[in-house]
Order: sequence, then C-alpha cells, then structure tokens
Amino acid sequence: MVEAAQEREPATGQQGWEPRIVAFICNWCTYTGADLAGTSRLKYPPHVRVIKIPCTGRFDPLFMIKAFEKGADGVLVSGCHPGDCHYTAGNYNARRKFAVFRTLLGWAGVDLDRVWFSWISAAEGVKWVDTITRFTEVIRQKGPFAGYREMMDD
Amino acid sequence: MTERSRLIQEIAGRWLADGTVEAVVGWEQGTYRDKTAPVIIRRPEEAQRLVFNERCTNNLVAYLKREPLKSMAAVGIVAKGCDIKSLIGLIQESQVAREKVKILAVTCPGVRDARGAVPIKCQACDVNTPALFDELVGEKIEARPDPQARSRSLSELEAMSPQERFRFWRKEFDKCIRCYACRQACQLCICIRCIAEKNQPQWIETSPHPRGNFAWNLIRAYHLAGRCVECEACEAACPVNIPLMLLNRKMADEVKHLFGYEAGRDPAVQPPLRTFQLDDDNSFIL
Repeated sequence: MVEAAQEREPATGQQGWEPRIVAFICNWCTYTGADLAGTSRLKYPPHVRVIKIPCTGRFDPLFMIKAFEKGADGVLVSGCHPGDCHYTAGNYNARRKFAVFRTLLGWAGVDLDRVWFSWISAAEGVKWVDTITRFTEVIRQKGPFAGYREMMDD
Repeated sequence: MTERSRLIQEIAGRWLADGTVEAVVGWEQGTYRDKTAPVIIRRPEEAQRLVFNERCTNNLVAYLKREPLKSMAAVGIVAKGCDIKSLIGLIQESQVAREKVKILAVTCPGVRDARGAVPIKCQACDVNTPALFDELVGEKIEARPDPQARSRSLSELEAMSPQERFRFWRKEFDKCIRCYACRQACQLCICIRCIAEKNQPQWIETSPHPRGNFAWNLIRAYHLAGRCVECEACEAACPVNIPLMLLNRKMADEVKHLFGYEAGRDPAVQPPLRTFQLDDDNSFIL
C-alpha cells in the first residue's frame, strides 16, 4: 500500500489544492521586513502562514517536522543577517542547526526544495515578497508533499 | 583464560581491595557460550567474574550515567577504545567527572556482533589501543582502519533519489515500535526528561505510527549530531533491526565536513552545535 501510494505523481492539477507554506520568521528582522512589505502595499501570494519566533536561535527542527505533519507543503525559516542578530549570536547558532538538519532531511528523503532558509532584514520588504513569491511558485510546481500526506491518516 | 582477562581481574581486584574505587563495571560470562553480560562488582573476590573476549560488544559507559554508579565517589570501568570515546563525550558535556572514573582500558582487535559478524565500527576502528586510560591492559595493537568501511554502508542510500530514500525510511520507520531501546542503550542520550516524554505540548507523537516514528528517529539522530561516537549500541539494541547507524554515520560525516569535528576525541572541546564560527557555511541560505 505504501509503495503504490508513493508512486503516484504529485497532483499538481488537483482541483482545489493550493500550496501551504509555513514561515518561521524572527521577530526583529524578517517579521519587520514582512510588515514593511505590508505597509508598502506590496502584493504577494497569500499562501504563507507566518509563525513569529523571537529569534532564529529559537528555531527547533521539531517545528519543521510538526509543520509537515500538519500539512505544510513547504517551510521557510528566516531571520536577521549574520552580525545583525538582536540577541547577538542567535542566528549563528541557528546557522549550524539549519545546516545539519537540512542534510538530515535530505538524507531522510525530503525534497530540499521544500525547505528554504533566508536572511531577510527589517528593510528588505522586497526580498520578503520575492522569496515568498518564488517559494510559493516552486511548491505549486511540485505539488503537495506526498510523503507526509500519506502519513496523515489516523 | 586469556591474558587480558587475567590482568583485568588483577587490576579490578586491587582497585576494590585498596579502595581506589567503590565498584567496577565490566563484562562477565553470559547465559550462553557466545554471550557476555555486564556486571557491577563491589568486592575484590568478585573480580574473578570479569572477562574480556570478542563478545564484549556492549558499551558499558551507559552505566556511569545511572545509579548506583552515578553517586559513587569513584568507579572503575573496563573499556574498549570505542567505549572510551563515548566517555569522552560525557566528560565534554559534564555528565561524568573524569576524576571519578578509573578507566581500565583494554587493547581490542575488534569484537563480534550478536550474529557473529564484525561490526562496521571495528572495521573502521582507529582506537584499538586507547589513548585515555588509568591502566591499560593488552599488547599494543596497530590501528588498521578500513577507510571505506563506513562510506560503503552509506553508498546505497547516497545513490538513491529523494523519493527512493523517503520510501526506504518509511519502510524502516514503519517497523519502529517506540520501545526506546535505542535511547536507553545510547551513551549520549542524557536528557533527564526526553523530548519524547514531553506532552504539554506534545512534539513527538507517541503511538507507533509513521508520523511519530519519523519524528522520533529523525530528532534522535539530530540530537546526536556531532555527539554520537558510533558505538553502534542503538542499532544492536533495536528489536526490529532498523539501520539506525545509517542516520548516525551520515550525521557524523556531515559534521566532519561542515565543522571539521569528530566526536569522542578531545574532552576539552565543545560539540559543534554548542558553538559557532563567524564564517560557518552560509551557502544554502538565501
């Protein structure tokens, strides 16, 4: 049963499916940058669900796993540029976590194009819009995250 | 009786007789001819029970984390090179005090797993003659690690596409019954309350269901990244034969590649996920 389900192509044309993006963004830089995109009235796809964390240093790989378990098709984690962390070094710690967990996910068979990391500052409203727009389109092309969808029963 | 066994008995007996240690943890003859069992001895005359042979596969360092040994002022442990690497990990993380442990190190040509095969850790071993010890037993053995032993085990997965890998792990993790034998056997699983036990909120579903099994096994591998010394206790303990070492070896390789770090070598350094460099790899971040 598992084998048969995995062979199905992702249903990109499936009626009604829209990409579900979850973005874990830091309070100080990326969240403010996203807010700037809003006050500037920049348009971008509405598929992203934003979860604010105080710092990317707070990010835990379990957040990403939980997001996929709950139906996310793509997860973005974004924070302050190295050197600009409000808590001095949170993003430095996060950078190592990201690198290691990203490799682990790839090893587990997760398509790494569904897992993005970015540094987006408070001034980079345009970068937020660009990133979300591109990410949403990438996920739209790929379709729903079939591997985790199959595990959603029960 | 082998020379190593005789010397281990002599040293352990002496340590107990003169009060150097309160107890010694080592291996004794097990229930069947080909088995050994861990034993904690407290009296000098019990030292006669200790043995060392190619079936001393288990890593006994895990006992140092637990009562009754944890509270003792001084404890002796019979240890192979791979066991000592995990002890170094515990010393790095302040779980065991170096001065409380008397290491009765044994030179080891390699052990056998439960099926009689040579574990990959032995094929790749470069600590046949341990460097950290209080007493060393056995003739010096030249390390002759097979440099391909570890990478050979990973090559099949390396060659797969992401979808094939997901299918592979889905099949393996479906077997998981969440017995947590891997966690209990692991020397470096030290959390007083494991994240799997947290239920307010619950991060890892506890049922032996594919979702929770994925989360459990991936997170354990992640929590061991840069800390696992590849003693293979987890894979040996798994009752359903999940190839856990394929996760841990990959993480060890990645940590070596990213940070130039190997676990279990130097008690004075911190594991890599506890530190950072200003020029850490950024290439995958937009």
